[in-house]
Amino acid sequence: MSEKEYIYFPGCSLEASAIEYDMSVRKVLTSLGVKLIEPDDWSCCGSTPAHSVDHVFAAAVAARNLAIVEKMGACTVITACPACLSAFKKAHHRMKKEEGFKKEVNAILDEPYNCGVTAKSVLQVLLEDIGPKAVAEKVTTDLPDLKVAPYYGCIINRPPEIMEFDDPENPLAMDKLMGAVGVKVCDFAFKVECCGAAFGVAKRKMVNELSSKVLTMALDAGANCLVVTCQLCQQNLDLRQGQINSTMGASFNMPVLFFTQVMGLTYGYSSQEMGIDKHNVNAESLIKSRRPVEERIKEEQEKAKGKKPKAKKAEEEES
Amino acid sequence: MNKNLLNFFGGGVILKTFVYPKESYMEPINLTEKTDWRFIDQVKKESGQDPALCYQCGNCTAGCPYTKYFDFPVSQVMRLLQAGQKETILNSRSIWLCATCEACTTRCPCEIDIAHIMDVLRIIARRENYVAEKDVKTFYDAFLASMKHHGRVFEVGILMGYNLKSGHLLADADLGPKILGKGKIHFLPTRIKGRDKVLEIFRKSQKKRKNSV
Amino acid sequence: MRVGVFICHCGNNIAGTVDVAKVAEAARMMPGVAFATTYMYTCSEPGQEEIKETIKREKLDRVVVAACSPRMHEVTFRRTVEKAGLNRYFFEMANIREHCSWVGEDKALNTNKAIETIKLAVEKVKQNKPLFPAKFKINKRVLVIGGGVAGMQAALDCADGGLDVVLVEKSSSVGGMMARLDKTFPTVDCSICILGPKMVDVSQHEKINLHAYSEIEEIKGYVGNYQIKIRKKATYVDWSKCTGCGACIEKCPSRNAYDYFNFGVAPARAINIPFPQAIPKKATIDAQFCRQFIKGKCGVCAKFCPVGAINYEMKDEIVTEDVGAIIVASGYGLIDLDKLPEYGGGRYPDVISGIQYERILNASGPTSGHIERPSDHAEPKTIVFVSCAGSRDKSIGIPYCSNFCCMYIAKQAILTKDHIPDSQSYVFYIDIRSPGKGYDEFTRRAQEEYGAKYIRGRVSRIYPKGKKMVVKGADTLLGTQVEIEADLIVLATAVTATNDARTLAEKLHISYDQNGFYVESHPKLRPVETNTSGVFLAGACQGPKDIPASVSQGSAAAAKVLSIFSKDTLESDPQIARVNTNVCVGCRKCIGTCPFGAIEEQQLRDGRIVANVIETVCAGCGICSSTCPCGAIQLQHFTDNQLLAEVNALCLT
Repeated sequence: MSEKEYIYFPGCSLEASAIEYDMSVRKVLTSLGVKLIEPDDWSCCGSTPAHSVDHVFAAAVAARNLAIVEKMGACTVITACPACLSAFKKAHHRMKKEEGFKKEVNAILDEPYNCGVTAKSVLQVLLEDIGPKAVAEKVTTDLPDLKVAPYYGCIINRPPEIMEFDDPENPLAMDKLMGAVGVKVCDFAFKVECCGAAFGVAKRKMVNELSSKVLTMALDAGANCLVVTCQLCQQNLDLRQGQINSTMGASFNMPVLFFTQVMGLTYGYSSQEMGIDKHNVNAESLIKSRRPVEERIKEEQEKAKGKKPKAKKAEEEES
Repeated sequence: MNKNLLNFFGGGVILKTFVYPKESYMEPINLTEKTDWRFIDQVKKESGQDPALCYQCGNCTAGCPYTKYFDFPVSQVMRLLQAGQKETILNSRSIWLCATCEACTTRCPCEIDIAHIMDVLRIIARRENYVAEKDVKTFYDAFLASMKHHGRVFEVGILMGYNLKSGHLLADADLGPKILGKGKIHFLPTRIKGRDKVLEIFRKSQKKRKNSV
Repeated sequence: MRVGVFICHCGNNIAGTVDVAKVAEAARMMPGVAFATTYMYTCSEPGQEEIKETIKREKLDRVVVAACSPRMHEVTFRRTVEKAGLNRYFFEMANIREHCSWVGEDKALNTNKAIETIKLAVEKVKQNKPLFPAKFKINKRVLVIGGGVAGMQAALDCADGGLDVVLVEKSSSVGGMMARLDKTFPTVDCSICILGPKMVDVSQHEKINLHAYSEIEEIKGYVGNYQIKIRKKATYVDWSKCTGCGACIEKCPSRNAYDYFNFGVAPARAINIPFPQAIPKKATIDAQFCRQFIKGKCGVCAKFCPVGAINYEMKDEIVTEDVGAIIVASGYGLIDLDKLPEYGGGRYPDVISGIQYERILNASGPTSGHIERPSDHAEPKTIVFVSCAGSRDKSIGIPYCSNFCCMYIAKQAILTKDHIPDSQSYVFYIDIRSPGKGYDEFTRRAQEEYGAKYIRGRVSRIYPKGKKMVVKGADTLLGTQVEIEADLIVLATAVTATNDARTLAEKLHISYDQNGFYVESHPKLRPVETNTSGVFLAGACQGPKDIPASVSQGSAAAAKVLSIFSKDTLESDPQIARVNTNVCVGCRKCIGTCPFGAIEEQQLRDGRIVANVIETVCAGCGICSSTCPCGAIQLQHFTDNQLLAEVNALCLT
C-alpha cells in the first residue's frame, strides 16, 4: 500500500477526554498505510465559544492553525473533530469569498493565512481517499453481535455548501464504512438530530433530553450500539448516559463507540488498544463474541455445500 | 413561580398569557415609533443576510431541536428582526440557547443562513450586555479564558472556572468517578510554545470590541 | 426628400424630463427635415389623423415619430403612414421614452439625448428603401402536440371550425393528467366523466387524425407550410386488430413493470392498457420490462391474444404530415419524490405524492378506490398533507408557485373524509392560493364542513417511528413546533416542465424560460402566442395552471389559428436578408451560421455558386449579415449603409 501522508489536527479534547478517539484514529490510519503529522505547536480552534463572541476573532484562532499548515507546505489538513472542521471550513470559505474579511482576520494574526488549505474529516478521507475497498481488505475479525446505528451529529455535514461532504439529510459515509468492515448497520432516522452540543455543562437537563431522543430512536431502529464521529456527541450520549437515565427516568444501557474503534476491532486490535475500556457504558458484552473472518467463511462454505443438490432440482423444475 | 421550570415544560404560552400579562409581548406594538431600523441594518450588515427574504414559512422552527427551550422559536426571532424589535430579541433566551446545529440553515427554502443570524444576535447581545442565559455565557468565558492562557483548552480548568463563577459548585461532579483513572483527565494544562501569539490574537481582537473576554 | 418629425409628449412620460419644444426646434434645423411638431399623445386617434393630414399637406415622403419603444407602436404608425399613401418602411421610430425620458432625471441631458436620437432616426429614414411583403399560400391544417385537456380542446375547436387537425400524443391514450384525477375542484365532478366525452369526440371526429403513442421527430418549414415528421413508436401490438379485451394483460408473467399512468403506485404488467377508459383502448408492450425482449423467451401474450394482434417484430414508423400551424399543449411534469430527502421521499413507502394519492382515491385505480397505505395496505386514520413540497423553494431551484396544489389538497382532504369518516386530515400550508370562482369557499369547506385541520407552517422532517411516520412541522400562528404521528403523508410535489420540454422547444424554434416553461409573446396581452409565427401555446406547458385556464387557452390558441387561416395567403415580413449575387463569392459562411436554416446554395446560370435566402424561413436576425466577409448578404431595413448612416450622424456631426 502506498504511503499517504496527512497533516492531522487532533484538537484539544482528543488529547484528554476523548483520547480513545485519537488512539483509534491513529491506529486505524496507520494500518491503512497513512502517516500522520501534527501541525507544529497548534492551538485551539475556538469551537463554539469563539464564534459566539466575534466572527473575525473566531476565524483568526482557526486560521492560525491553517496558516501553520500552509507554512509546512501542505494544502490539506485532516481532523476527527467536527467542531474543529467546521471552524476551519467556515474561516477558509469566508476569507476566500470576502477580501475585506480576509484582511481583517490577517490583521490580528501573527502569520497571515492565504486560503491555500482544504480541511477534511477523517471520515471523508477514509471514504473517498482510501475507499471502502481498501478499508475492507484489512478486516480480519467479525463482530457478529454488533448492530450499529450510525449517528453523525449535527455539524459534520451541515450546511452542505460549507462542509462539502455527504448528504445533509441522510449521510451514508459511516454506513458504508461499517458495511465495508462487515458490521450490521440499522436504518436509523435520527442521523443528524442535535444531541445537545456544547450545552452539557451549562444546561445539563436540556442536553440529557435531546440525547435521550437519539438513544430512543436507535433502540427503535433495532440497534444495540451507536457509532459516532463526534467526541462531543460521544460524551453527551455515553458519559452522561447515567444523567440521561435519571433525568428521563429511563434505563438506557447502550454503548457509544467511535466508528474508528469499531474499525480497529475488525482489524484485530484489542479493546484496550482501541480504548474501549475508557468508555462509561460497557461494550464488552457486544464485542466478546468476535471471531476471525476465516471461521465465518468456513461456515458459509459448508452451508453452501449442503444446499447444492437442492438448488439444482429447483432449477430443473422452473424450466 | 420558577420561570425556568415552566418554560422547560413548554409553558411559554401559558406564561405569556396568564402569568406575565403585563409584559410587552402581548401589548400592541406601535410600529411607526418602535421599529428600530438601525438595528435591522446593523444585523444585516454584520450577518450578510437579508431578513426581507424570509417569508415566515416556519421550516426553521419545525426542524429546530431546541424550540422547546426557546422563549421565542427561531422563526419568531426572524419575525421580531423583520419588525425591528431590538429589545425583545436581545433580552431573549433563544439567542443564547441556539446550538448552531445548522438544521435551519440547511433547510431554509429562501436560502437564508439563519444560524449565522442567531450567532450575530448573540454577539450583539454580548457586546451590549444583554445576557438572558448567564450560565451559558459563563461557560463560554471559562473556555476562552483557558484558551487565552494556555493556547489550548484545559478541560479541568474550564470546569473549575465554571463551577466557581456560576455558583454551581457541584456541576457534573457525578461524572468525576466515571472518568477518573482512565487517563482522560490531565490535572495540568498543556501549554503550547506559541501561547503568547494566541494571547496576542485575543488582545488585538479585544481592542476592536467593547466586552472583554 | 421631405422628412416629417412628430415628437410625442406622451403626457408627462416624455415631456416630464424632456423639453419637447426645444427638441422640435432642433429637429427643424436637421438636413432633410421639412416639418417638425410636438403632440400630446401621438398614438391616439386624433394623433394619427394629425400625422396623415400633415403628410398630405406638407407633401412629406418620410416620417419619424419620436415617442415610446417601437415594440409598443411601430406597427400602429406604419399602418398610419401606409394609409396616407407612403410605403410603410419609410417610417422610423425614435425611442425617447424607454431609452431616454424614463432613464434619467436631468432635463438638459435628456433633451440633448432626445435630439441626438431623432437625428439618428432622420438619417436612417433618409436611407430607407421601400419594401414589399411577399404573399404565400398556406396549408390549412393544424398540428396539435399533446392530447391532454388543453390539446384536446384546441383540436376540437379547430376541427369544429372546419380545419383538418393532426393530434400527436406521447402516451398510448389521450387524457393527459386530467384523466388520472379522481374528482375535480371545486365542483367535485368525477374527472374522467367530464373528460371522457371530449376524449371520445376527439377520437371520432372526422377532421381529427389522432396519432397516439407518437412523438414529434422533426419540424421543418415556416408558418403556413410546415413539414412534420412524426415517430409512431412501436407498440408491438397491431392496433388495427387489437380489441382492448385485456386477455394479454391477465396472462402476462412480468409483473413488475413501472406503471407510468399510476405514477408507480402499484406495479403493472409489461403489456398494459393504462386505464379502463383509455382512448384508443389498445394494448402496448413496455419493452424494458417484457421478458420476450429481455430474455428472448416468453410469448405468452401472443399465445392468448384471440385476434393475433401481438407483433414482436414491430418497428418505429416515421409518418409525414404537412400543416400550416402548430399548437403546443405538451403539459407538465412533477418533481421526483427523491428530490425531497428531508421528507423521506422515495425512501419511505408511506410518503407519497399528490398524484399518487389521486390514483389511490380513484375507483378505477390500483386500489379500486380504497384508501390504503402502500407499506401494509392498512386504512390510514391520520393523514398529513404537505403543501409546497418543492414549490416556492429557491434552494432546490423552484422559486415559483405551482398554482393548483392548495386547491387539490383541499379536495383530497374532503374526499378522504368521505371515504374514511373517522379519519383526521392535517394540512400544512404557508399560504392558501384559491383565486378562482368558488375556490376560496371550497377551501373553507374543507376546514369547516370536513374537519380538515389547517396548520400554518412548513414541515421540516418526516421520519418513521414504529408503524407510524412522525411529521415535524411548525405552527407559526401558535408560535411553536408541532409533531403529528401520521399513517400516510401526501406531498404536494412541485410542478415542473416535462423532461423533454427543452428538446421539443428546440425542434419548434420557440423559447423557454429558466424553469423550462415555454415563453409567450407577451405575459399579459399575448399569452397563447410565441415569438415564432405559426406556433401557439396552450395549457400547462406555458406555466402551471388549472383545468379551466388550460381549456381557455386551448380555445384561445384555436382561435388564433383560425384567424391566420381565415385568409388564403399570408404576408411574409420583408425585413429579411437578401443576397446581392454580384458581390457574393460563395464562401457559404452564412449558411453555416444561420440558426433557422434559411439560407441555401444556388447555382447561377454562369455556373457560380452563391447563397440564396429562403424568404419565408428567414426570421430577420441579421447573423448572416455580420458573418458575411464581403457584405453581400444584407438585412433589409437594417443594411450596413442604413446603420452606418446612424453611426455617422452621431459621431461625425
